[in-house]
Amino acid sequence: MSAGSRATYDVVRVRKDFPILSRRLAGGDQLVYLDSANTSQKPQSVIDAVSEHYQVHNANVARAMHQLGTESSQAFEEARDKVAAFIGAPSRDEVVFTRNATEALNLVANVLGLAQGDLGVRAGDQVVITAMEHHSNIVPWQLLCQRTGATLRWFDFDDDGRLDLSQLDELVTERTKVVSLTWISNMLGTVNPVSQIARRAHEVGALVVVDASQAVPQMPVDVATLGADFVAFTGHKMVGPTGIGVLWGRRELLAQLPPFLGGGEMIETVTLERSTYAPPPARFEAGTPPIAQAVGLGAAIDYLSELGMAAVAAHEREVTAYALARMREVSGLRVLGPTEAVDRGGAVSFELAGIHPHDVAQVLDSRGVAVRAGHHCAKPAHTRLGVQSSTRASFYLYTQPEEVDALIDGLDYTKRYFGGS
Amino acid sequence: MSLDMLYQEIILDHYKNPHHRGLREPYDAQVHHVNPACGDEITLRVHLDRDTVADVSYDAIGCSISQASVSVLGDLVIGKDLDEAMALQEEFLTLMQGHGKVQPDEDRLEDAVAFAGVARFPGRIKCALLGWMAWKDATVQAVARRAATASAAMEEES
Repeated sequence: MSAGSRATYDVVRVRKDFPILSRRLAGGDQLVYLDSANTSQKPQSVIDAVSEHYQVHNANVARAMHQLGTESSQAFEEARDKVAAFIGAPSRDEVVFTRNATEALNLVANVLGLAQGDLGVRAGDQVVITAMEHHSNIVPWQLLCQRTGATLRWFDFDDDGRLDLSQLDELVTERTKVVSLTWISNMLGTVNPVSQIARRAHEVGALVVVDASQAVPQMPVDVATLGADFVAFTGHKMVGPTGIGVLWGRRELLAQLPPFLGGGEMIETVTLERSTYAPPPARFEAGTPPIAQAVGLGAAIDYLSELGMAAVAAHEREVTAYALARMREVSGLRVLGPTEAVDRGGAVSFELAGIHPHDVAQVLDSRGVAVRAGHHCAKPAHTRLGVQSSTRASFYLYTQPEEVDALIDGLDYTKRYFGGS
Repeated sequence: MSLDMLYQEIILDHYKNPHHRGLREPYDAQVHHVNPACGDEITLRVHLDRDTVADVSYDAIGCSISQASVSVLGDLVIGKDLDEAMALQEEFLTLMQGHGKVQPDEDRLEDAVAFAGVARFPGRIKCALLGWMAWKDATVQAVARRAATASAAMEEES
């Protein structure tokens, strides 16, 4: 990135937009929030948008014929427009609102199991995932395979956390119906070559599902050129509220797929014998949607767009590179995943020799440093690396180098506390 | 909240030098418990000799709290009468679920009183209970198995 654009990204100014970052914790410690891959903090503009929605516009959407209903519906649909523009969706009708990325992935896995004709997954078909997936991109496919008699296969990854692409042609074959993979691993931080894998998948007629939960918050995304057929992500990791997620799907595919949940708003007409269904996206949005949350997500997208996703990505890369460099100074620390900030997201999981991640996180917390400890919903990835659990520090657009320093100081203190080296 | 309230010296001692570790024969029941939140795991065996807890052996991976806690459990229940051991388990459970407001009886709980502070860290209560819940499960199974064997034997005799 050029010196010019670096000068325009002022992290100190950005931090002022996030009220929680200035709060003091029990004992007076300044919060050092290094758990953004888990959930991001929210800027005042998002908090205000949600609050204003409830204060001024609250009504149900698409079925209330009064002024508030119109305002609420408009705000909800504007959020859809914002999402579509943000990810480069060719059509707003390709944006389906869900509760979170998990629901979005379950939605795809379920409707592919229910689909008639070519799109349906059946006995003898294969579904390919990777060994570095979050549980939300493993379990729905296991369930699908168990129900349909399809077989689940997966890419392995190497000790540096890179997918083994030598398996590509052998794994993704004519029998493959779906390839579902994470764009950026929530545990290893690896950025996967989605387009390359998608090319192979499309050669053999397979569909490509991408878990972009960590990608959409961190970098510019253009679904039109990505090569994926479906992309799932969640609002709360991109400075938006919890309770709102997105499934983007190619229009012609969504149009052929059957409903997921049945209920209000997803229908065309209902008799007691049978119903016909609305076209996408409404077909996949049964019941009252997360309205205020969608409005909040819209505000989050405005916020991110104003910063510029290229600038966010550059900042993320810089902080991650700094953290990786500083972690090399800590004896006994082993990074799980790529050790260089190349094709790498801002989540860094690590082991500290002889100290359990729970204990590391507890000591760090006593100093105001918030990290995650455990398997980060990626147990198979830990198993692959021969570790039971890890500590994860994850950085975002408001992380400053001083916070990385606080982490490193905290790790040194942790080692002393437990009587290590 | 102070770290030392959580990491009492006794806990760290047990963590560094765990007692009763390793899986041993003979045993009447073996269980495998996990903490799904963090992945901590324990395989635990119970051996009963009539109404006495003859042995508790285990293989576990986990944090200092979970490791120290099962070590303390072994100290406390091995050699005890079954009912007494069950009562101690109950007391420890009450202590852990007491939000830090339960006064532990040191004469009864011995080293386990060091875990009183853990009750004030909600995120760690499951760590402290992992081994104790596994022990209860294994013991209940061991007792049930013994009863089943006894009734089968009686049926054969009759």
